Amino acid sequence: MPDTPLDLIIIGGGPAGLTAGLYASRARLQTRLLEQISPGGQVLTTDWVDNYPGFPEGVSGFELVDRMRRQCERFGLEIVSEEVTSVGRAGNLIRVVLTEKDLLAKTLIIASGAQPVKLGVPGEMDLTGRGVSYCATCDGPFYRDLEVGVVGGGDTAVEEALFLTRFASKVHLFHRRDQLRATGILREKILSEPKVTVHWSTVLTGVWPNEQGLVSALTYKDLKTGDETRLPLSGVFFFVGQKPITDYLGDFVALDQAGFVKTDLELATSQPGVWAAGDVRVKRLRQISTAVGDGATAAFNAEKYIEDKF
Amino acid sequence: MAGDNLVHVTDGDFESKVLKADKPVLVDFWAAWCGPCKAIGPTVEELAEEYLGQLTVAKMDVDGNPQTPGKYGIRAIPTLMLFKGGQVADQITGAVAKSQIVEAIKKVI
Repeated sequence: MPDTPLDLIIIGGGPAGLTAGLYASRARLQTRLLEQISPGGQVLTTDWVDNYPGFPEGVSGFELVDRMRRQCERFGLEIVSEEVTSVGRAGNLIRVVLTEKDLLAKTLIIASGAQPVKLGVPGEMDLTGRGVSYCATCDGPFYRDLEVGVVGGGDTAVEEALFLTRFASKVHLFHRRDQLRATGILREKILSEPKVTVHWSTVLTGVWPNEQGLVSALTYKDLKTGDETRLPLSGVFFFVGQKPITDYLGDFVALDQAGFVKTDLELATSQPGVWAAGDVRVKRLRQISTAVGDGATAAFNAEKYIEDKF
Repeated sequence: MAGDNLVHVTDGDFESKVLKADKPVLVDFWAAWCGPCKAIGPTVEELAEEYLGQLTVAKMDVDGNPQTPGKYGIRAIPTLMLFKGGQVADQITGAVAKSQIVEAIKKVI
């Protein structure tokens, strides 16, 4: 049987979940934050963060979330390593099912985040870890003096392509449009970086291995001419968007077509007592700075809900 | 403390400590520059304790030990590799949930 209900369960330990945990702990809510691996989320795959206020020189992704975690722990937040398998209602409480037990809580904040989308081209899946990567800060140093490709045209793709120029002899950026979506300063940087060649209006058609089973080439198609080209290189990094981590939710809360959690302006979901914060919810700008605001809002609303309903 | 069950290996002693080990070995290829490696580190250390006597857990810092990762075609970290009798029994790339690692371990012990 589950123990006495907690005030609040937070699912996910990225910036949204940690900020919710910080506010909840300071509000003296009895809170447990569940994180599948250990706190950090997608920020851990970010080498350097230059757009989070308060760090004039920038800060490493790891350092930033580690500071957030320590700040939460200072106020007594309980962070545990658990996998959530499903979530449901138990009367006026929320039941969170873990691999070996259930937890009950008065309120829930969904902050399970998002993960990189797979493009789905031939070779991508089979060659993951063998030349196909979704984390330049992890895997970039393996490509010292080698040529690599980057797929995507948003902030992440451009930032990571720039990061890879530290190691790679040449970085090929493949983008399906004829202009980048990335923000102004990143566009300026990438277009003036001599190690980077942008292949405009192109789509990848495959990633190909050598006899050792490591990436040795990719093929891409020019969308304007229809021509297909083969380019020998050693690694391909995909940054083509994010998909939410919401499978465990089933139909517990309303999701949009892509699986992101729908919320109102106060971040309430379709289920009473349940809020969503950070990358996991329907929103336009998925950043650390927007995630922390979400976390604070969700925790505040959870606190008020408990005062009203319990 | 996991004690002898958690070892740090290098290119120099990989053969004696991993390939010629009498028990299965879980090797965690990691580096200080890699955030997800730091995230998965505590889980790997927990596993060393939980499977004490059945499995050795070895950590290899790929920064400074380029030969072994090169030999096994490792181009992404964290990579977890399970060795049994000197052969690769399984490979997991990326920071995954503990249950996924446990599943792989159960197949070799």
